Amino acid sequence: MVSSTAETAVQPSFAQRLGQIDWRRYIIYIAFVLIFVFFAFLLGRQGFLSGNNLVNIFRQAATITVMAVAMTFVIACAEIDLSVGSVAGLSSVIAAMTIATYGLVPGILAGLAVGVVIGGINGALVSTLGIPSFLVTLGMLGIAFGLAQWITASAPQPILDETYIQIFGGGNFGPIPGLLIWMALAIVAGVLFLNRTKFGRQVLATGGNRQAAEYAGVKTKRIKFTVLLLSGMAAALAGMLYAGRLHSGRFQWGQGDEMSAIAAVILGGTSLFGGAGSVVGTLFGALLMSLINNGLILAGLDSSQQQVVRGIIIILAVALARKK
Amino acid sequence: MEAKAATDDGAVGPDRTVIEMKGIHKSFGGVPVLRDVDFEVKAGEVHALAGGNGAGKSTLMKILQGVYSKDSGEIFVDGKATTIDSFQSAKAAGIGMVFQEFSLVPTLTVAQNISLTVEPRTKLGLINDRAARDRAREILGGMGVDINPNAEVRSLSTAYWQLTEIAKALVQDARVLIMDEPSASLAKHEVETLFELIERLKARGIAIIYISHRMDEVYRIADRITILRDGRRLLTKPLDEVTPEQIVEGIVGKQVEGELVYQAREHTSDEVLLEAHDLTVGTHLQGASFTLRKGEIIGLAGLMGSGRTELAQALFGVDRIESGKLLLNGAPLTLASPKDAIDAGIVLVPEDRRAQGLVLEHSVRENLLLPILDDVKLRGFVDPRLGQKKTQALIEQFGVKVQDPGKPVNRLSGGNQQKVVIAKWLGTSPQVLILDEPTAGVDIGTKTEIVGMIRELADAGVGVIVISSEYPELLAVSDRILIMRRGAIVKNLAREDIPDEEALQLMVLGG
Repeated sequence: MVSSTAETAVQPSFAQRLGQIDWRRYIIYIAFVLIFVFFAFLLGRQGFLSGNNLVNIFRQAATITVMAVAMTFVIACAEIDLSVGSVAGLSSVIAAMTIATYGLVPGILAGLAVGVVIGGINGALVSTLGIPSFLVTLGMLGIAFGLAQWITASAPQPILDETYIQIFGGGNFGPIPGLLIWMALAIVAGVLFLNRTKFGRQVLATGGNRQAAEYAGVKTKRIKFTVLLLSGMAAALAGMLYAGRLHSGRFQWGQGDEMSAIAAVILGGTSLFGGAGSVVGTLFGALLMSLINNGLILAGLDSSQQQVVRGIIIILAVALARKK
Repeated sequence: MEAKAATDDGAVGPDRTVIEMKGIHKSFGGVPVLRDVDFEVKAGEVHALAGGNGAGKSTLMKILQGVYSKDSGEIFVDGKATTIDSFQSAKAAGIGMVFQEFSLVPTLTVAQNISLTVEPRTKLGLINDRAARDRAREILGGMGVDINPNAEVRSLSTAYWQLTEIAKALVQDARVLIMDEPSASLAKHEVETLFELIERLKARGIAIIYISHRMDEVYRIADRITILRDGRRLLTKPLDEVTPEQIVEGIVGKQVEGELVYQAREHTSDEVLLEAHDLTVGTHLQGASFTLRKGEIIGLAGLMGSGRTELAQALFGVDRIESGKLLLNGAPLTLASPKDAIDAGIVLVPEDRRAQGLVLEHSVRENLLLPILDDVKLRGFVDPRLGQKKTQALIEQFGVKVQDPGKPVNRLSGGNQQKVVIAKWLGTSPQVLILDEPTAGVDIGTKTEIVGMIRELADAGVGVIVISSEYPELLAVSDRILIMRRGAIVKNLAREDIPDEEALQLMVLGG
């Protein structure tokens, strides 16, 4: 029989297996380690390796990570959400203003409601009317930003509620900064939902081939609605974390974060065309950008130079991860 | 018209061979697809090219268009040996293709499409839209077709798309036009327009290669016919020297498809499973009625556009049923989405497995589990070990040849991909299984296995509907054959009433 060759195939040796690993898939982790080691040698004496600085790298990545985890679902579903940055800004001011007038719990609920409402509108427009998410969320970016500026007359909204600040990123739980706990929660939830639930699998199938998913019984409209709703809620949470950490709500909080979140997702290996996504990759994407920022600051580059270097590294990483 | 032909074609007179292909060989991955094929077409001739699926028609034409390169053989254009190795060189040789899937830009106007890539320029080098319009008007006028050159292509009906395609080929001085199933998407009166145009093109000395399964059209329009079978040329003859029976036999041949013979099956049940009354969807499905019993296999035969696929999609909830009744186990059924159909136990193996059946970049496992994610959950989460077990069971049950189910499904052969599509439904324990062209692009060995799978399922009580253009397998697997025409079921035949494949073919053609 001709098929005997397949049956007698020998187990590949370790070296062969090593050769078979698709390095492109792990480029983000490799890049992270290489750049980390590079900074460690170069900037060791400037305090790069101090515990404080390492925690800082995580802290600076936290709010972006929260948004980027949800963005991973959106992009894996072959959609995009450009409104996350300004949703964060709007939720920060709504939460701050509501706390000032009605107290803590209504404030938290109001902040989250911003995400539910805007995410829901985004999702409904995309799934029922079939408007591309790029356009819907581009419009929403302006609307949310404008609203936040309008209702506050551009003024910062101070938050004096210590409990709020303690919960939402301003305080520590034991030795652990609250922001890191939120970040960890987002990652754990994201990993579980994307890889281990029916919803996550259906998100990937919808992004990979919407028609085939529909033919397999997936309600793809509902899936698209849900990912955009979740993205809105995550952005609102991120905005509330800004408000807690900075003791105020301001319309500028989160401005431009949509680009950082998208970059983190793509760096992490999620396909811009949908169908594949990695939440852990997204975490490292966000950490990599935070790491670069941190290192470049310690190296004495000013913010304009940082942006140039960061841009180059992002393009390089994505180019290396590209399929043949 | 005559004067025009002279300016277009200079020295080319009637009866002159424009294209001659000699001794063409072509293999894909060691499998010969064309073996020593000769083919020629003369100026002012319509030459029909016929053959079953996999006979090599499209490969031969793709070689002529420069899409594939031949392994050996020669091509002569106007008697001169010519190398055709790209689209550009085919165009330069005067070969134009009227694409089955149209190659027009829907958002541009007719004139812009016709002049695409050969736009007339002004002195400044800018595109001269007015000249393009004039040229389009002239060409369309010469074709005797009334289309507004300023209309956007997307606003026109498919018939006009095709005419625009032809005009586009003519602008590029095509002297040979390849038309692949040109009437497939046309209404009856539009076909007439097309035929009139073909007559006019003939008179201008343009050679036409006409690929069609429709016997009546071939007789009506073609001068000669070449039949390919299994990659070889079977015959080339003027049409008045062959009968339709000879052509059908030539296309079908003596099948060497060993196990593809009908096996009479015990009818497990007389219980009616699915009943359809006067199903209507748009213009493609107009009052289709049938019944399907438990454990029965129904074959659906019909030409392209007869409504077979539309019927399958209506039964699967893809297209809303506008009027008519659908009963499952005697209870009325309304389907708003494929999910409703799946929940009711009706599943579809769709026509286009790459676009509709599979998420190609995803693994075999992910594809198999997609419809049955609820079954592999443990405490609310998808459990990898359960999923692995379920995958393994399905793979073994259906003999899918796959080394690592974690690898993307697009690395499998077409036949194995199709087995994955079928296997993924069996996890859902369906009552009704609909298969739309399940063996298209599948090798004969896998074909036999798929037929075996279908029989096994029916023996287990599943009601099966098989749509296929490949008559041998339809005859091999079906207990009953329904023939569709213009969106309705016009014949309901017991298997024993169909003596052989030729009889079926003639019935489908309306004999």
